[in-house]
Amino acid sequence: MSQPPIKQPGSNWRFELTRLPFLYRLLRWRPLQFTLTLITLSFFVLALLTSFLGTPVGNRNFSIIFVWIVWWALVIILLVPALGRSWCAICPIPAPGEWLQRRSFIHPRRRKLWTLGKRWPRRLKNIWLQNFSFLAMALFSAIILTRPVATGLVLLAFILLAVGLSLVYERRIFCRYVCPVGGFIGLYSMAAPIELRVKDIEVCRAHSTKECYVGSEHGFGCPWLVFPGNLQRNTYCGLCTECLKTCTMDNVAVNLRLPGLDFFVAKQRRLDEAYKAFIMLACALAYSAVLLGPWGVLKDAANFASLDGWLIYAAVFLAFNLLILPGLFYLTTLLSRKLGARGEISARAYFIDLSYSLIPLGLAAWIAFSLGFVLVSISYALPVIADPFGWGWNLFGLRDMPWTPIAPGLIPYMQVPVLLGGLTFSIYTLWRILGEHGRERLTRAALPPAFFLTLATFGFLWLYLG
Amino acid sequence: MTQRSLLLAVLSTLLALAALLIPLPAVRPRPQQRQIHLNARMFAFEPGSVKVNQGDTVTLVLHSQDVTHGIYLDGYDVNIKAEPGKPAQATFVADRQGKFRFRCSVTCGAMHPFMIGELVVGPNLPFWRAVVALLIVVAGSILTLRSAAPQATPHVSASDQATR
Ligand code: SF4
Ligand SMILES: [Cu+2]
Repeated sequence: MSQPPIKQPGSNWRFELTRLPFLYRLLRWRPLQFTLTLITLSFFVLALLTSFLGTPVGNRNFSIIFVWIVWWALVIILLVPALGRSWCAICPIPAPGEWLQRRSFIHPRRRKLWTLGKRWPRRLKNIWLQNFSFLAMALFSAIILTRPVATGLVLLAFILLAVGLSLVYERRIFCRYVCPVGGFIGLYSMAAPIELRVKDIEVCRAHSTKECYVGSEHGFGCPWLVFPGNLQRNTYCGLCTECLKTCTMDNVAVNLRLPGLDFFVAKQRRLDEAYKAFIMLACALAYSAVLLGPWGVLKDAANFASLDGWLIYAAVFLAFNLLILPGLFYLTTLLSRKLGARGEISARAYFIDLSYSLIPLGLAAWIAFSLGFVLVSISYALPVIADPFGWGWNLFGLRDMPWTPIAPGLIPYMQVPVLLGGLTFSIYTLWRILGEHGRERLTRAALPPAFFLTLATFGFLWLYLG
Repeated sequence: MTQRSLLLAVLSTLLALAALLIPLPAVRPRPQQRQIHLNARMFAFEPGSVKVNQGDTVTLVLHSQDVTHGIYLDGYDVNIKAEPGKPAQATFVADRQGKFRFRCSVTCGAMHPFMIGELVVGPNLPFWRAVVALLIVVAGSILTLRSAAPQATPHVSASDQATR
């Protein structure tokens, strides 16, 4: 393995999945991505149609149920934890723009992309835009999650924006820098037990043509503007596997590995990503209280019962995401820096580094939150398959399937292990990141941030069980 | 991992599991009959949170104030519907501890899937067990990591220059 030597016991363990002949052939089979995307795109189109033309009653409309329950569960409970960014490889939203750029569905025909090919502004080469696009959606989530038309407008805006950006800028700018979903999928994909990496970095260094980046007759240059030779984290690799197809040195692999190694790539840590971790944790807490909690006041405020109420809610929500939670964590890092005598590193860098320890707990919290409504509401999926628009159709005779929550009494018993597992993973991450600055006074340095993580976990336990 | 840290990891996992699962003798207050009135409106119940004790016989009376609402109580076989002006009720014995959500079971508008209240059957042992498990997990993780073999500082090779 040519992985950069992260000298931790077990860290270098990799199993090269692409050594399996079947998988290797499948991933190099050009129509694969197109075929899967066609399936998701047909669901997307149906969701778009039902959102605008179907019944306004959310839980009887295909768009609401399939986007916010079926798709959401698929992504956050299955795909991201197990396969990282895999959703991005089959996502329908950037597909039309990408096909247009390539003027081809499957095979590369022309080298030049059909686009103005402008350069994305330097200042936007980070995920701040994604942080804010996510927050903007989160503020209206009670509306978007429950009104088909609102969901339709969001989906439409996404796809139009993706096409528009593909005409102006090279490759998948929408995915890389704009998509609110891509932001957190990228963040949490760092925890995944799979990765796409080059086998031997020296081979890449010696190889001047770099088809993986520029493309070849076997495939397109990396749509994500990533040079595979530099990949050390999953964050911005969309797993499209173009490089697996284009690399003439057969130097690209998909590996099984220990989860979460990407957290320890110290040089690539950044404030925008740290903030993403706070925003996600804060939103999981806020949603758990607003959507799943018993407080009518919160629901009314989030649901625009009155403009004033919503404005207050929005202000508190934003403050909690951007100031309160990061601020409290910042205090614990100051304390940790002091107790751990780690004065040689700046407070800012220290804060950014330690923020990455929030990622596993954040992912666990989203899974726990999603378990709280997915099992309860998934049975709506059958009637909306029978009658996607709510017009009274009855395909397959499924329309009158009653709403049947699945194992609602067991949900807390799933949430607790998920949360405690996430917390353990977070403390481990914290410990190793702290270890980068030396092993002296490690426990003392760990205590304040570990306290923060524990308190956050307690908050979720209280909301779900207390 | 040293042997000691492995031992600590296993031990704390077992302890956490024990905290969650070991049966405890129930300390119940004397069971009571309780009648609880719940007012339902789009999209909340009032009161949103109801506390009873294990063993109590609970009668929920649902009053709908605007449109038809229902109550589906997680983990108990309760499912009633009430039209405005026509209260409905259900009686059951709260024989299990913990927090149980009750949800509106009649599609009543946009936020209907999130029209949720909660019944807490005390003493809420499941919650306190989870809290004890939480503390064990935290202490266990830190002790385990402490006793793990000293590790070299992770370093990333210089190859991670910016892509473009
Ligand atoms: S084409 Fe293959 S060997 Fe060449 S630079 Fe790209 S990944 Fe490395
Ligand atoms: Cu209702």
